[in-house]
Amino acid sequence: MAEQTAESPAVVEDSARPPSTLHRIWDSDVCFSFRSSKVTMLAAFVTALIIFLAVFAPLVAPHSPFDVATVDLMDAELPPAWEAEGDKRFLLGTDNLGRDLWSTILYGTRISLTVGFFSVIFGLVVGVGLGLVSGYVGGYIDAFIMRVAEIQLSIPGILIALLLAGVLRGVLSAEAYNDAIVYVLVLTIGTSIWPQFARTVRGSTLVERNKEYVLAARVIGLSRFSIMVRHVLPNVMGPVLVIATINLAIAILSEATLSFLGVGVPPTEPSLGTLISEGQNYLFSGLWWITIFPGVVLAALVLAVNLLGDWLRDALNPKLR
Amino acid sequence: MIAFLVRRLLQAIAVMAVVAFCAFFMFQFVGDPVNQMVAEDATEEDRQYLRESLGLNDPIPVQFAKFALNAAQGNYGISYQHKRPVAALILERMPATLELAITAAVIAALLGVPAGVYTGLRRFGFTSKLIMTLSLIGISLPTFLIGILLIYLFAVILGWLPSFGRGEVTHLGAWETNFLSISGIKSLILPAITLALFQMTFIMRLIRSEMLEVLRTDFIKFARARGLHNRAINYGHALKNTLVPVITIIGLQLGSLIAFAIITETVFQWPGMGQLFLQAVQVVDIPIMSAYLIMIAFFFVVINLIVDMLYYVVDPRLRIDQPGGGGGHG
Repeated sequence: MAEQTAESPAVVEDSARPPSTLHRIWDSDVCFSFRSSKVTMLAAFVTALIIFLAVFAPLVAPHSPFDVATVDLMDAELPPAWEAEGDKRFLLGTDNLGRDLWSTILYGTRISLTVGFFSVIFGLVVGVGLGLVSGYVGGYIDAFIMRVAEIQLSIPGILIALLLAGVLRGVLSAEAYNDAIVYVLVLTIGTSIWPQFARTVRGSTLVERNKEYVLAARVIGLSRFSIMVRHVLPNVMGPVLVIATINLAIAILSEATLSFLGVGVPPTEPSLGTLISEGQNYLFSGLWWITIFPGVVLAALVLAVNLLGDWLRDALNPKLR
Repeated sequence: MIAFLVRRLLQAIAVMAVVAFCAFFMFQFVGDPVNQMVAEDATEEDRQYLRESLGLNDPIPVQFAKFALNAAQGNYGISYQHKRPVAALILERMPATLELAITAAVIAALLGVPAGVYTGLRRFGFTSKLIMTLSLIGISLPTFLIGILLIYLFAVILGWLPSFGRGEVTHLGAWETNFLSISGIKSLILPAITLALFQMTFIMRLIRSEMLEVLRTDFIKFARARGLHNRAINYGHALKNTLVPVITIIGLQLGSLIAFAIITETVFQWPGMGQLFLQAVQVVDIPIMSAYLIMIAFFFVVINLIVDMLYYVVDPRLRIDQPGGGGGHG
């Protein structure tokens, strides 16, 4: 999104030619509301920047927290470079193990974002699927799915995730649990967010299923499955995008919280949650940077994604135009 | 009224049955209780004997019935980790969590409602915008980070308040309270604020948006046309009409207070149920986990019931349409 702002004004001025795709996107309502909100553009920039840094962490990071050879315990607990005792090699200082904090944060954000994205995708696929079936098929299946969703919605997601993590800890051995931690987190966090997708999609499906195009599709003898997937589904996806964005923020927070509580990413792996949790032990000795910097990155990421979600909700809501 | 209540009660019982089954299922799925109990060198016969005497060879429905019966009587078995009855462990720690959660709820409501009304009325004022921006930051900061920041500021840098534990508690029978000693109250401040902050922003934003919605309606215009005082309009008419959703959310949020208490209790090493539960998750102490699950579910169901009944009291419209919409889809 950030790149469009740079190149598109030229396209706008030239109105003689038929509008190109890029032009149409640029002129659309959604894009207009994006251009007219500075806060949203800033949020998009911050999100894009953090994602970029995380994806290219191996290239951007000056040190590798996984490379034991470069980590020296003698470098442990150094303050940021601008403080008196700081070391120029370590911009944001080092943690208790002597890892460069900046690099560790970059790699940690990677895990947070990976878990966040895949959790939302998991929750989305399950939620949209069940919501679609619930709304289109109706009857007992609908009643059952919606009761389950309601019960789950009334219990906070983090509690569900904690319980599931506990059960999986029992089923898997400690080693297998740590090896599969990303999958475990995606499963637990994804499970904790599916009902929102299901409820929204069910609502829109109930409206769509009575429209004429569905009737037409039934008349020509398409199967239920293909009507649901190929005709109803594309028409109910709008609100899903908004829920997905807002839940991305929630999923990132959940991952950090679970890791902070000691049931997520193991303490030896860099993740924003574990860094903050490790740092808390050193806060009383005045080593504030181990906690504060990952905390700032986490808060900035979540705030930016939340702002994007808020904007998207308003931009896609025709009532507010 | 009675039909409505009965229907809600039946739903509540169904929910509890499902949750109890989930809790029961955890026992079935995770590990073998016999392995947890016998010595390393136990023979297969010993195991079979124990199996039989624990009732583990009974058909699943029979086992579930026994489990549900025990759970209903507050008998959740022995904790693997603490080797003590789970019910006693939970009861011991309940006062700490309840005091924390209730203090947080009170703080959240006392600050959140006025702030919401204020930002709703003075929508474009500077103070309103400041409050809204701060609240957005409050929502984006995870609970544990807020707790750590407060500890760093008030305990490490300023040294005003203790950073962990409950301080001195006073015993009132079986109940240990924080409210009767200076050190107890001091220890309560930081965790309660940490826990309250998210709820507060939540309540504030909710009241604000509800106020904005109500202030736009015709009956407010009419009230203005009648020449009523601003105060009468804002509080007598507008605020009163925002109460239905607000009650629902505050009620439902009480439940999430308990959930977020897990995090707050961990940050502040507060000896409550949340800490007990988290330790149970870490070492897979199934009896505590399942008891906690059942207890939380019970708590939620009760709150939901109360909220539904409050609806009934607050919103007269619900009393009229019995057949269709009386179910109170909250």
